[in-house]
Amino acid sequence: MSEKPHAIVIGAGFTGCAVAHDLALRGFSATVLERGELTSGTSGRTHGLLHSGGRYCVTDQESAAECIVENRILRKIVGQCIEPNGGFFVALNEKDLEYAPAFEQGAQDCGIEIEKLDIASALKLEPHLNPHVLSVYTVPDGTFDPLRLALAFAATARRRGVKFCPYHEVKNMLMDSQGNVIGVEAWDRTRNQTYALRGDIVINATGAWAGEIVKMAGVDTMPVIPTPGVMVAYDQRLINRTINRLCLPADGDILLPQRRMMCIGTTSFEVEDPDYIPVLADQVQLMNECAQALVPGVKDCNMRGAWMSARPLVAFGESGRSLARTFKCFDHQSIHGIGGLVTITGGKATTCRAMAEKTVDVVCEKMGIQAACMTADLPLDSYRTFYQ
Amino acid sequence: MSDEKWTVTLIITRQKGEDAPYSQSFQLEVDPDEYVLDAVERVWAFHDRSLIFRHACHHSTCGACGMRVNGVEKLTCITPIRAVTHPGGALRVEPLRNFPVVSDLVVDMSDFYVRLEQAQFGQVVPVDSANLPYEKDPRDGGDYLRLVDCIECGCCISACPIAVTTPAYLGPAILAAAQHSYLQSPNPALLDFVDQADGVWRCHSAYECTAVCPSNVDPAWRIMDLRKKVAINRVRKVFTRS
Repeated sequence: MSEKPHAIVIGAGFTGCAVAHDLALRGFSATVLERGELTSGTSGRTHGLLHSGGRYCVTDQESAAECIVENRILRKIVGQCIEPNGGFFVALNEKDLEYAPAFEQGAQDCGIEIEKLDIASALKLEPHLNPHVLSVYTVPDGTFDPLRLALAFAATARRRGVKFCPYHEVKNMLMDSQGNVIGVEAWDRTRNQTYALRGDIVINATGAWAGEIVKMAGVDTMPVIPTPGVMVAYDQRLINRTINRLCLPADGDILLPQRRMMCIGTTSFEVEDPDYIPVLADQVQLMNECAQALVPGVKDCNMRGAWMSARPLVAFGESGRSLARTFKCFDHQSIHGIGGLVTITGGKATTCRAMAEKTVDVVCEKMGIQAACMTADLPLDSYRTFYQ
Repeated sequence: MSDEKWTVTLIITRQKGEDAPYSQSFQLEVDPDEYVLDAVERVWAFHDRSLIFRHACHHSTCGACGMRVNGVEKLTCITPIRAVTHPGGALRVEPLRNFPVVSDLVVDMSDFYVRLEQAQFGQVVPVDSANLPYEKDPRDGGDYLRLVDCIECGCCISACPIAVTTPAYLGPAILAAAQHSYLQSPNPALLDFVDQADGVWRCHSAYECTAVCPSNVDPAWRIMDLRKKVAINRVRKVFTRS
């Protein structure tokens, strides 16, 4: 190997893959360890909304502003995985209408282009939309294919020499006598063998599992709360674009098209162990009701799938829906006195590139490396080339 | 997703490194409305952490979780347990055929993805360019045929009785992708890509690919259509000088 500093990235979700891509561009050699297939944790199970930020522009403006900026960047660099089909925010009752002024103000504050549409035009664009909608705004939403979005980042990183090891699970940290992290002990699940891997820096990009990883370095307090939600897919596509309910973030407030399907999400509750979360029947029923309120024709569709995904929300003293959707990068040197370990968690798929930028900024600063981030302007390789 | 409980036996094909494959059984209490993938994930979560399998989206958009379930290719994330076994029954779960096995239920899709790239079709496209003009009428009252709904799961390759005989055969998904690309943009190089012994002419019209496709892409029909285009192209070549 060359003299390049070696980074170990734990987790190949959106964040881990984007971090690997950024590291490669800034002169690192990197190894990505993922215990399953790429995006087999939370990332793959997202419903695939490329957020305009409209969902959070009233309650969480920091997230909303991040979303719209990254929305524009991802369209530019990874259009291959995105349907740039836009979205609606629709009011179904008086209470929704009361939210409209705050929504308009929030969108303006965050720089999100919205436009009020007359009902007739909206119904022409979306004939299956609830004909009793009271108000409609357009937003620059999109939909993306989850696995392929991560693969595009990973493909580009791999071409620059990053090594991806799916089915390699980190079992422990290698520590020096001062209590700094100097590598990991990993388990190759394809061969049932464990091995040690040394690195100059270990980046924990395991999202909802971030707490489990830092425990291996002796840190017991990690403010990451796995917050699952249920989603349901239907076997017909009755909408061209994403339909959001014009209201404060709530259960079942987003119905979006994906391929020939529609997906509705989601609920929000907290768990301790995100490894296996059963799909709850009452939540599926709730999703069906929410979807039918937006698009009545859903009642004649068949359910194609129902699934759970655990968001990694960072707690700043609140819980559940009020948890911020923004991300946080933790340098364990400054917080816990443990060198060689950085954790990135929280955030959303839409902001994965920005999360990687922030993380690699922190890593470069720690290691005294001067290299600017280049990922915002560089188109990604075809996702299929990950397998070349 | 219901209160009903079934006891079923999962018989899973296991293989690590260069060791010979074997079957391992796990008796599970399951909700029959859950999906086969949920049961496999449950084995990993509660019984054996060394089990590996491909999965990502859990709602039939990524195509990672194709496996053979009781001998038939299924996208396991949308296959309800109720649809493939009965109370006290068995679920034999095997990796897809006609791909190299990495370990357990995971197969190596590398060559498959490289060939799909050669067929040049766009996977995720804006809705206004997703439907081709001839696809407006659902045939026989069925679903629209849209190759953008091909999720590259490999079920068709696994089910194909010809792909068993030679890894050189391009296979249904790749030929269907080439047909779709050619309809979008009639590039003669695509016809040259498929006009070979291991291309469109290797297919024996078993239609197994169409039978197992979880997205109703109908690869078999597309291969037949592609043959016509190749034949027309050959005739045209005879009468034109380049």
